[in-house]
Amino acid sequence: MKMLKKPINRTPSQKHGALGIGGIKWLSFPYIIWMIGFIIIPLLVIIYYGLTTKDSHLTLENIALTFNQINLKALRLALELSLISTAICLILAYPLAMILRKSKMKSNSFIVMIIILPMWMNFLLRTIAWQNILERTGIINTILRFLNLPTLNIINTPAAIVLGMVYNFLPFMVLPIYNVLIKIDKDVVAAARDLGANSVQTFMKIILPLSLPGVISGITMVFVPSLTTFVISSILGGSKIVLIGNVIEQQFRIGNWHGGSGLSLVLMLFILISMAILSKYDKEGGGGGLW
Amino acid sequence: MTDNKLINLVNISKSYGENIVLDELNLYIRENEFLTLLGPSGCGKTTTLRIIGGFENPDKGQVIFEGKDISKLAPNERQLNTVFQKYALFTHMTIAENIAFGLKVKKKSKEYIKDKIKYALKLVNLDGFENRMPDSLSGGQQQRIAIARAIVNEPKVLLLDEPLGALDLKLRQDMQYELIRLKNELGITFIYVTHDQEEALTMSDTVVVMNQGYIQQIGSPEDIYNEPQNAFVADFIGESNILPSIMVEDKLVNILGANFVCVDTGFGVNKPVDVVIRPEDIDLVKPEEGIIKGVVTSLLFKGVHYEMEVKAHGHDWLVHSTDLVPVGNEVGIWVDPFDIQIMHKPESEDEEATQLDI
Repeated sequence: MKMLKKPINRTPSQKHGALGIGGIKWLSFPYIIWMIGFIIIPLLVIIYYGLTTKDSHLTLENIALTFNQINLKALRLALELSLISTAICLILAYPLAMILRKSKMKSNSFIVMIIILPMWMNFLLRTIAWQNILERTGIINTILRFLNLPTLNIINTPAAIVLGMVYNFLPFMVLPIYNVLIKIDKDVVAAARDLGANSVQTFMKIILPLSLPGVISGITMVFVPSLTTFVISSILGGSKIVLIGNVIEQQFRIGNWHGGSGLSLVLMLFILISMAILSKYDKEGGGGGLW
Repeated sequence: MTDNKLINLVNISKSYGENIVLDELNLYIRENEFLTLLGPSGCGKTTTLRIIGGFENPDKGQVIFEGKDISKLAPNERQLNTVFQKYALFTHMTIAENIAFGLKVKKKSKEYIKDKIKYALKLVNLDGFENRMPDSLSGGQQQRIAIARAIVNEPKVLLLDEPLGALDLKLRQDMQYELIRLKNELGITFIYVTHDQEEALTMSDTVVVMNQGYIQQIGSPEDIYNEPQNAFVADFIGESNILPSIMVEDKLVNILGANFVCVDTGFGVNKPVDVVIRPEDIDLVKPEEGIIKGVVTSLLFKGVHYEMEVKAHGHDWLVHSTDLVPVGNEVGIWVDPFDIQIMHKPESEDEEATQLDI
């Protein structure tokens, strides 16, 4: 009978385990309170404001604000510009991430730091700096004039806004793609070459599909802030170019919380739709759907 | 196995910065041979394999394949396929798509590919796994898929880079049989890299023992085990007693002060040599019947045999025997003449590394 005792002693005591898990559970309470207080409740408030009138009647009027000629134009322009900047970011970031993947470790962290470096400075400051650079009497035009070349008229055009978006959001595209690429096993790439694929085939069939999750999170992280921005457009676009972000900001500024919330809900819907499309691609990529 | 040299490595050198990995390596591989590159980590065995596969370029030297220099060809232009250590399966594709990869790249017909997938899965005993994803397979299954993916391309040579390294002991032994069976069924050349001497001895036709970028010995598993040419090989392959001795004359060697009869000749008179005696070749007899006397100092049960240490003439002799002799007993040591392996003694460490690099 003595023998029986041994195995029992070896298993950790039940009490201990339960206590440990209980302790961990308590640690998550602050986060739950944070989430309720600062994410869920505000979201519900926006939904409430978006779907009611000033005297608390249910209405779709605020949503319908979207179909106002000016607002519709602002939404279309915002979609257009954010898609363009996302595309430019992707085109710039992917080759850069590929180069980083191939380069030696030492120079890598240096290049990554250079990419992140601008993010250490204030976002507004960077955008205002671009305003100064692009202005009619700004640095670029001063130099051009000095060289007796025709001056550029970039400030207050959609091009300036795209430039601002690309400059500010490019790191958010590079880093997720780079992170996915360095995790691809070198032997997996070697195996594709070994099985007869040339470098282009290896890229199309192995590297690209395996890097899709990074591409998708990069697209998300550039597209969403580009679509909703009002700072970049008001600093680099002047008063002439109005994006949906500016419209929403104005609604809140003139005290129409209901209209602003309604438009925000519409914008959120657009973002949700784009997420849904992207996640569908992600699944296909994960399942080898690119064949 | 034929005498036809399929691959010939000529004066291959490779270094990474200051670190010389391979130095003027020469080696040929015959058609239909199971050749194993065996050595400790950092001996250059994997680099040799990667140079044959085309994943590394040698600094100097040539890789000759069927009489043609393929040193400059990219991996996809070589008629070889590789099985990688960590399988390197394409995790975003199904098993069928993984196996089909090489064939699709070569634009084979759908029917042909379908048949090949079926055939390959049958060959590695994984029928019906077509639509599974690699992540859902065990390590052994993944490795077999990696092999299937390579062999559907009908390569003349299969390169295997420690393919069983990540598997547990039981699975590793099963896979050894599997590999020998595959080799016989396919009739192609295998070049196998491992640091596991048992694996090398079990599977190979030819074993190439490497150390520090040099080939130490080339031979059949029996040759390598029974007649190691230097202390490194003797020490690396199995367990052994390596004893500094003096070759008194032909067929007589003085080990630790006692004269032993042996079968080797041609080492000269009163020349210092190294003697290798395998632990299982030492017979423990009554003290008066042995060539020398000693005392058992330790005893371990190892399953099929006992492992004993016998202190005799100032040396701890390692002995494997199925008969037990208790610690503290006096015993006699007897070694049959043909179980004594005499090796030329290197004058310096440098010579030890280079002497066999023909």
